Amino acid sequence: MAMLEVKDIYKSYGKVPILKGVSFTMEKEETKVIIGPSGTGKSTLLRCINQLSPPDKGQVWLDGEEITNPKTNINKMREKIGFVFQDFNLFNHLTALRNVSIGLEKVKKIEKDAAQKRALQELTRVGLEAQVGQYPAQLSGGQKQRVGIARALAMDPDVILFDEPTSALDPELIGDVLDVMKSLCGKVAMLVVTHEMGFARNVADEIIFMEGGIIVEQGSPKEMFTNAKMARTKEFLGRIGALYGEDETGG
Amino acid sequence: MAADFAQFFLNSLPDLFNGLGYTLLLTFISITAGFFLGISLALGRVYGNKIVNGFCVGYIELIRGTPLLVQLFIIYFGLPSIGIIFTPIQAALLGLSLNSAAYQAEYLRGAIQSVESGQMSAARSLGMNKLQSIGHVILPQALRISIPAWSNEFIYLLQYSSIAYIIQVAELTAEGKFIAAHTFRYLEVFAMIAVIYLVLTIVSTEIIDRIAKRLSIPGIGAAKQVSLREG
Ligand SMILES: Nc1ncnc2c1ncn2[C@@H]1O[C@H](COP(=O)(O)OP(=O)(O)O)[C@@H](O)[C@H]1O
Ligand SMILES: [Mg+2]
Repeated sequence: MAMLEVKDIYKSYGKVPILKGVSFTMEKEETKVIIGPSGTGKSTLLRCINQLSPPDKGQVWLDGEEITNPKTNINKMREKIGFVFQDFNLFNHLTALRNVSIGLEKVKKIEKDAAQKRALQELTRVGLEAQVGQYPAQLSGGQKQRVGIARALAMDPDVILFDEPTSALDPELIGDVLDVMKSLCGKVAMLVVTHEMGFARNVADEIIFMEGGIIVEQGSPKEMFTNAKMARTKEFLGRIGALYGEDETGG
Repeated sequence: MAADFAQFFLNSLPDLFNGLGYTLLLTFISITAGFFLGISLALGRVYGNKIVNGFCVGYIELIRGTPLLVQLFIIYFGLPSIGIIFTPIQAALLGLSLNSAAYQAEYLRGAIQSVESGQMSAARSLGMNKLQSIGHVILPQALRISIPAWSNEFIYLLQYSSIAYIIQVAELTAEGKFIAAHTFRYLEVFAMIAVIYLVLTIVSTEIIDRIAKRLSIPGIGAAKQVSLREG
């Protein structure tokens, strides 16, 4: 049984269909990268998985439990699904340390000292032990995103969903965040929406190419980059490779 | 002349202090009760279902659409005719609290809505329920953002609690009127009272500013909000 199973997800906003039957599975500790043009529904798909935007149709299963079942305690399930946002969404009124510990304190009900100790470990893991007392407004974009990753990690999730985690960063800050993500490889399952082709090529176990609300093609990086079956996939990879300089980042 | 005024001032002090006590009582109780009611109304407006939201909008519009004086008259003079009788101070506390709640609700609603929606997404993604997200993430930011508006409301209440004199509450302005009517020294009496209000306003503004500074967090602007009640 797959750890995460996404089954035939449909989602519309108003009358506009965004996702038109998306299915895939993920195994424990697997890294999958989702690529595809802007407006294709990649963010919507991630938000459907943790029910921030409940799908209109289809199911999501995590560890054999159906998240999409209205009887499921969605808050309990979300503890197991980390989410890293494109624009960070750190809690503005909390220090880096408290950003990471608040989920442990309020959701997992871990005692404050223990929660903060764990938070410090996670911040150290992402290289921010010196920034624990800083507020989000005092951090660089790259630091903010690493706090965002630490915040997700602290909850011991089964899977972390990354929605273009480096898209809002200055180019020179992208590497730090990708390095942290690479270090998580094989330790926790990651589903990463990104345009960083270097990361996709070198880190992903599998790449999913989405366009127009469906999965056009999926396969190993090698298959996708050298032997894509669909013309659209080849075209997109060619275009995006030229645009983002695949050899420079995440390699 | 100066000695005479000093003597008059000293003679008036006990009564003025009495009045000041009522003024402060009205202000503190109304701002506090208005705050708790206001926050409930604001949350009802932002997060409530259609019925809750409709009720909150109706209340806020009703209060903001009618003069405070009329509200006080209804409570103090009107309600007894259906058997609900308040003392003057009770009526004034009730009226000012209910009134302030509507205005505070609107400041707070604006502040809550100015917190980016991603904050809620992030809180829910961690597994917080809606109430926890509001309590631990949205309100701590919204309350800081609303401090300037809240400060303005405090000063408004401090000064406009004087309207309670019309329903026989012996607050500061009423005491002034009483002293003036007995001594005919209107100018001196009301100048004294004006000075007292001025000092109170300056002192409370300063205190609230200091509290705001102590609570301030880099990046959470107090400048976001503007809609202030006109004095
Ligand atoms: N909350 C929403 N309401 C209405 N339309 C939305 C909403 N969120 C996304 N959309 C629309 O859905 C489409 C897909 O968006 P998104 O999932 O963000 O795409 P991607 O992440 O692939 O760029 C876009 O056209 C976007 O405008
Ligand atoms: Mg997106």
